Amino acid sequence: MADVRFHAIRKTFGKVTAVDDVDLEVADGDFVVLLGPSGCGKTTLLRCLAGLEKVDGGRVLIGGRDATNLPPRRRRIAMVFQSYAVFPHLKLFDNIAFGLRMQKEPKTVIRERVDFAAKLLHIEDLLDRYPSQISGGQRQRVAVARAIATKADVLLMDEPLSNLDALLRMEMRAELKALLRQLGTTTIYVTHDQVEALSMGDRIAVMNAGRIVQLDSPLAVYDYPADTFVGGFVGTPPMNFLAADISRNGAVPLVNLSGGSFPLDDPEVGRLAGRRLVLGIRAEAIVVEPAAGEGLIEATVIVVEPLGSHNLLTVKTGDDLLKVSTPPHLFPEPDSLIWLRLEPGRIRWMDSESGRAIPLADPAAAPVPG
Amino acid sequence: MNPPRSAVAGLGRVFVYGSAALLSLFILIPIYLMTLAAFSSNEDTYAYPKELLPRGLSTETMRFFINFGGVLDALQRSVIVAVITLVLALVIGTPAGYALARFAFRGGDTLRLSVVGTRAFPIVILSIPLAVIFIRWGVDDTVLGVSIAHTALALPFVVLTTASVFAGVSPELEEAAMTLGCSRATAFVKVALPLALPGLAASAIFVFIVSWNEVFAASLLTLRHRTLPAEVLALLEGAPPNFRFAGGFFLMAPSVIVILLIRRYLFSMWGRVLK
Amino acid sequence: MTSVAEEVPLGRTARRWEVLPYGLILPTVAYLSLFFAWPMVQAFQLAFREGGAWTIEPFRMMVNDANFEDAFKFTMLLVVVIVPLQFVLALAMALLINSKLHGRGVFLAIFIMPLAISDLAAGLVWQSILTERGYLNTFLEAIGVIDQPYIWLDPTKPNQLLMAVVVAELWRSTAFVMVIFLAGLQGIPHEYGEAAEVFGAGFFRRVRTVILPLLKPSLQVALLFRIIFAFEAFAVVIAITGRAKTTLATEAWRWQADYFNSHVAAAYSALILVLSLLSAGIVVWFLRTPREQMLQ
Repeated sequence: MADVRFHAIRKTFGKVTAVDDVDLEVADGDFVVLLGPSGCGKTTLLRCLAGLEKVDGGRVLIGGRDATNLPPRRRRIAMVFQSYAVFPHLKLFDNIAFGLRMQKEPKTVIRERVDFAAKLLHIEDLLDRYPSQISGGQRQRVAVARAIATKADVLLMDEPLSNLDALLRMEMRAELKALLRQLGTTTIYVTHDQVEALSMGDRIAVMNAGRIVQLDSPLAVYDYPADTFVGGFVGTPPMNFLAADISRNGAVPLVNLSGGSFPLDDPEVGRLAGRRLVLGIRAEAIVVEPAAGEGLIEATVIVVEPLGSHNLLTVKTGDDLLKVSTPPHLFPEPDSLIWLRLEPGRIRWMDSESGRAIPLADPAAAPVPG
Repeated sequence: MNPPRSAVAGLGRVFVYGSAALLSLFILIPIYLMTLAAFSSNEDTYAYPKELLPRGLSTETMRFFINFGGVLDALQRSVIVAVITLVLALVIGTPAGYALARFAFRGGDTLRLSVVGTRAFPIVILSIPLAVIFIRWGVDDTVLGVSIAHTALALPFVVLTTASVFAGVSPELEEAAMTLGCSRATAFVKVALPLALPGLAASAIFVFIVSWNEVFAASLLTLRHRTLPAEVLALLEGAPPNFRFAGGFFLMAPSVIVILLIRRYLFSMWGRVLK
Repeated sequence: MTSVAEEVPLGRTARRWEVLPYGLILPTVAYLSLFFAWPMVQAFQLAFREGGAWTIEPFRMMVNDANFEDAFKFTMLLVVVIVPLQFVLALAMALLINSKLHGRGVFLAIFIMPLAISDLAAGLVWQSILTERGYLNTFLEAIGVIDQPYIWLDPTKPNQLLMAVVVAELWRSTAFVMVIFLAGLQGIPHEYGEAAEVFGAGFFRRVRTVILPLLKPSLQVALLFRIIFAFEAFAVVIAITGRAKTTLATEAWRWQADYFNSHVAAAYSALILVLSLLSAGIVVWFLRTPREQMLQ
């Protein structure tokens, strides 16, 4: 059991800066997900922690020890690779026992731990087989079993589920989450799949271009994204962003969008008058009204996608294209007109130039940018 | 316009299988005939017309060849040279191949290019100065001398094929081993090496055969201690037919057998997979 | 898959001062410097220096030698005749193997059998077939094409000798070229051919317009090696023709081994090198594939 701390980590490959001055603290027992698109540096950061890459600047501390210059084998970590990296020339038993044998554990201990890990991953009947004789999903289990058998201080996972097909991925997600909760090991998990990140982590570190953009609980990342990148990356569908500005005609501020305007009775919002803004709102926070009315925005329906549990509408209002989520019985015709009400409590404001969120005076709601 | 598909397809298939069969016969018949000739009696080797079917096989011709003065020793020397070459080339070349496969380092591309470039230099231009140099050093006409020359020829091949073999072993496997407690060297021995072994073995065998076959350098670098090909070449003028038949068979047979045995690994060696 | 930042090979990255890769390549570099690079330098010294002075005397002796013209002509003939024939044959074999033929595993095994046969052995094999009292004549007489043995390896008929050597080389070394083509063909996704077929291209059309262009890199490699090997033709010629025909390599050998004149031998080998490099350059130039046209 150990905590992990990254101080000012920098890693470059030639002219490319993969990790740009990253600080991160992971408490003992914490499950942190590094989330981001390809090339954002999340895998590189993980590999720096593993010792598979040497950092160009900064320090890595594991359990209080400075591990920056230690080779992987001295860092008391275990890792699950995206390709599983299960040794093809060894039986499953020997694969799982590999780390223990390196630690020169006695045979009885090895036997016991391998059985324990195998049972946890439901592969205890396959131990005598070779990796080529089992399925990809089972190989993934072997990789996890191998990592947990060593009882390392920190568990590192590099997109362990991305090579599984969609159904298997969903099942393994839940299984893995339960398993890791049971073990309680400090875990750092890399993924580009935001659904995975939201479902599994205690905290999510959203990364972009080598930096941590937001470090927060899944709910906070979803509801209070630190900038338009996070809002657009997290959530299915991505957050809607509309160019907006605030005008003050009288007491109540008016939100002006390209497709219409509506009043928003919030003095904090009034402070944003005169600035160029981006209004962010989630698809499910937009309510469809059948008829025009006060404070509603008119929109034209372009596409209706029935998804079973709800319908996803693509609508056009002014210059903007929005995604709106409606209950399954609401099925407007394409090209018909509908009216939208944006739930005031779910509206987020971002600066038009930087894309960063503008925190309004609700301390409980303020995001914590990385 | 075009004839109906089935007719064309039928004709095409006959043509295809026919060509394949013809080509196969072209390859196989000489091998068969050589074997036949080598295993005919002394008398039959002079006979005309020759027997085209295996009747009256005998080991007379082979025995004649082997007992011919100098052949047995030459055979022994060929084996020794091939083994030394194999060991030297592999021991020296495998680390370089590994380095090329695993590390992106300055000079890596230059090395690869130079190694490939050595193939452009004919063995002819290498052997002559080597002959002169070896005389100066006192290793001319020795097994060691020939081995040195053969290793110089085989080394580029070994470097390139081991590089390709190791490139086919995912580096993540060694990385996984390193996270499980191995140093780089241990990870190499316990993970990379076992997985690379079939490819390495295939290249080792190929080096053996190349050394076994090599005749130009061997003839230039030896006089009284010749390897088999050099010996056969030297005795060729005025040699009786049974000598030629048996000699040809002896030089040909190991190559063919080896290729048949390692053919699947040949392709893994060259980085492609084929049935 | 991954974009720029994470595209660096997943293996270890060596920083400029990391010693390990250099240590690993050191033995190879040292060995090749000593036993390859240095002898090359010596070879040029031998060819251009005699008795401590720069001279082209070895070259003059080489050119004025009675055998030079024959050796040069025959060597060039071999290159010019063998290479095109072999390429067509190897391409046919590779296409056959790459197709959906039944039993192509067997055909493949057969086609690569000669891969490791030495040129000396091949020469002996075909000598035994073509010799006057050999197998070809036996067969031809048996089926009634001739009624007495024909002298295929007639020293007075140089074209027949040439063809004998050509056949022996085609038999022996086509496997090598075929394997290169096979590897190249395997790299061409069959969807390209299928797309062409859907658009109406027949077989030969497809070969010409889809396969050959995409096979250019393999063609280049194979051509390079094959030409270099052809310039070194040696033992196969001796085995089949005895002393009737000679090549540049044979002359080099003779001057070294029989006449003990390393200088002229080195001159011959320098000539072989120059011819090889020249041809290699021409091949590389004509078969260069501009980056935009490459498969990947």
